[in-house]
Amino acid sequence: MNFDLRFPIGIMFSLYGLVLVIFGLASDKAIYERSLGININLVWGLVLLAFGVWMFWLARAAAKNQSGRK
Amino acid sequence: MQVTLGWLDYLILATYFAFVLGIGWMLKRYVKGSTDFFLSGRSIPAWVTGLAFISANLGAQEVIGMAASGAQYGIMTSHFYWVGAIPAMVFLAVFMMPFYYGSKARSVPEYLKLRFDEKTRGFNAISFAVMTVFSSGISMHVFAKLLGTLLGWDYLACIVLSAVIVLVYILLGGLTSAIYNEVLQFFMIVLGFFPLVFLALKDAGGWSALKDKLVPVATSQGFAPGTWSESWTHMGSTIANPMGVEWFGLVMGLGFVLSFGYWCTDFLVVQRAMAANSMSAARRTPIIAAIPKMLFPALVILPGMIAIAMHHAGGGNFLPVGKDGTPDYNMTMPTLLAKYFPTGILGIGFTALMASFMSGMAGNVTAFNTVWTYDIYQSYLAPNKSDTHYLWMGRMATVFGILLSVGCAYLASQYNNIMEMLQLVFSFVNAPLFATFLLGMFWRRATGHGAFFGLLGGTLGAVLFHGLARPENAGPIIQWADAIKGGWITQHFTFHSGMGQNFYMAAVAWTTCFVLTILISLATSRAKTDKELVGLVYSLTPKQKSEGEPWYKQPVTVGLIVLAVTALLNIIFW
Repeated sequence: MNFDLRFPIGIMFSLYGLVLVIFGLASDKAIYERSLGININLVWGLVLLAFGVWMFWLARAAAKNQSGRK
Repeated sequence: MQVTLGWLDYLILATYFAFVLGIGWMLKRYVKGSTDFFLSGRSIPAWVTGLAFISANLGAQEVIGMAASGAQYGIMTSHFYWVGAIPAMVFLAVFMMPFYYGSKARSVPEYLKLRFDEKTRGFNAISFAVMTVFSSGISMHVFAKLLGTLLGWDYLACIVLSAVIVLVYILLGGLTSAIYNEVLQFFMIVLGFFPLVFLALKDAGGWSALKDKLVPVATSQGFAPGTWSESWTHMGSTIANPMGVEWFGLVMGLGFVLSFGYWCTDFLVVQRAMAANSMSAARRTPIIAAIPKMLFPALVILPGMIAIAMHHAGGGNFLPVGKDGTPDYNMTMPTLLAKYFPTGILGIGFTALMASFMSGMAGNVTAFNTVWTYDIYQSYLAPNKSDTHYLWMGRMATVFGILLSVGCAYLASQYNNIMEMLQLVFSFVNAPLFATFLLGMFWRRATGHGAFFGLLGGTLGAVLFHGLARPENAGPIIQWADAIKGGWITQHFTFHSGMGQNFYMAAVAWTTCFVLTILISLATSRAKTDKELVGLVYSLTPKQKSEGEPWYKQPVTVGLIVLAVTALLNIIFW
């Protein structure tokens, strides 16, 4: 099948990561009282972004490899 | 308890729905015939089927239920993973997948037809079809009720929304769509709950502080101090632990009968492995699934343990408390989400909960439409039709399956007893199943009559045992509904807990089926020749060779590593 699932996974989590990072930078610090003072949106947003980009990169590499072989 | 989602949380949830539907839409063009719809054209790579295998099992009831058990029983709940899942998954991969995949059967009931006969298949197919519809309905009901209390959402709206989304993406892309979305759900669940566990554990002061905080939880209920943080130490007798089970009942009932019966014969999970693109990928599927499964206790049980520790330490106001003063364990996961997640990441965590719910439902629906179409419709109602017709039927079955589940959810919301009753009936039917498969795969002399009447006998054995046994805390039988807990013939056996009763019932059903199948098989003549059984029975099938593959692609090697790590985990948390 010619459909690499890592593309949508990569795009979705990159989007989530990006949104959380931006929100984390812009949001009021007071809302992080419940997350023990940690800006969890910023921190976890970066993790999600990294995961998303990594998945996307893997899919891209696989696609290039395949078209290169042809 | 109420949670308020912000606009960002709703945006995250909506984005997720858009991706789920988008994947279904992208896969639409690959569905050309019934094999594409029901079996994904056997074209999916192992890492995808592996993660889908575990995700189909990771329904909302699992996430919410295991966190609840973590609070109620402590680390002992890990037995459902390290005893009650991993060994069976490795066994499925190493010994059973070659027959499921190699026989070219399209479903688990169809394997029974090839190996035994029509009646054995019919029995299994019909009971399985009914069961999947009802379990999907029950989980729908539980989830809608939860969303109702949590967010104040309308019960019916929750059910319709989730049912329509699952319906659309399965109609579009069939099993492939379900599998791909299960993988998306897997990552959503892992990445959504991990920060929650991190924050909760940090709040509790880390692992060793948590262990200290769990001491009063145990002692206040009359157990030894370490009961909530040691998984085996207190398994010596039924009165020493909150589960009310001792090690033998646990290992036999859960570890052997129930666990192998579920993981090795339930089409819901086996279907994922059958969709793999090669024999090697099919065999690796359960092993790839076993690796995250092994670590899931940290994600779903640990939060429950933290919640109960905080509950005790904080004077009993962490978890919502019911009228009788005991905490509402089912609210463990939602409470933690509300407690530690600010808006933004709350959307991620909440979407993860929603994802777990939809993956469980999609698993049931795809298993149902396949068994209905191939094993019931094509076999008994309308044989010899065109492939296009069966593809159409599969789509219809998806619609009807979901409608029936919605009906069951409604039924569950009206009559709680009926659902408990049905789940009990399913446990009667399921308990003996693994004996039939074990003898079918490893003993060529087992006959169709032996298998069918053995299964029937095993089921009756379970019913009979249930009529003779009752947990001691169940109270007397006053009206008919009280009989659900057992002992309705006469109370001959008394168990310390319902769980212990259930484990022994499973062991009795299995043994009855095992012995009866052997005896009846010896008394009846074989209907299938050795030649017909090639690819279906161990001794008549050429052995799988995987020497050419690197070690990490060999099921036996990786399976042994997984078992060793699981044993190590048991020892660490002994």
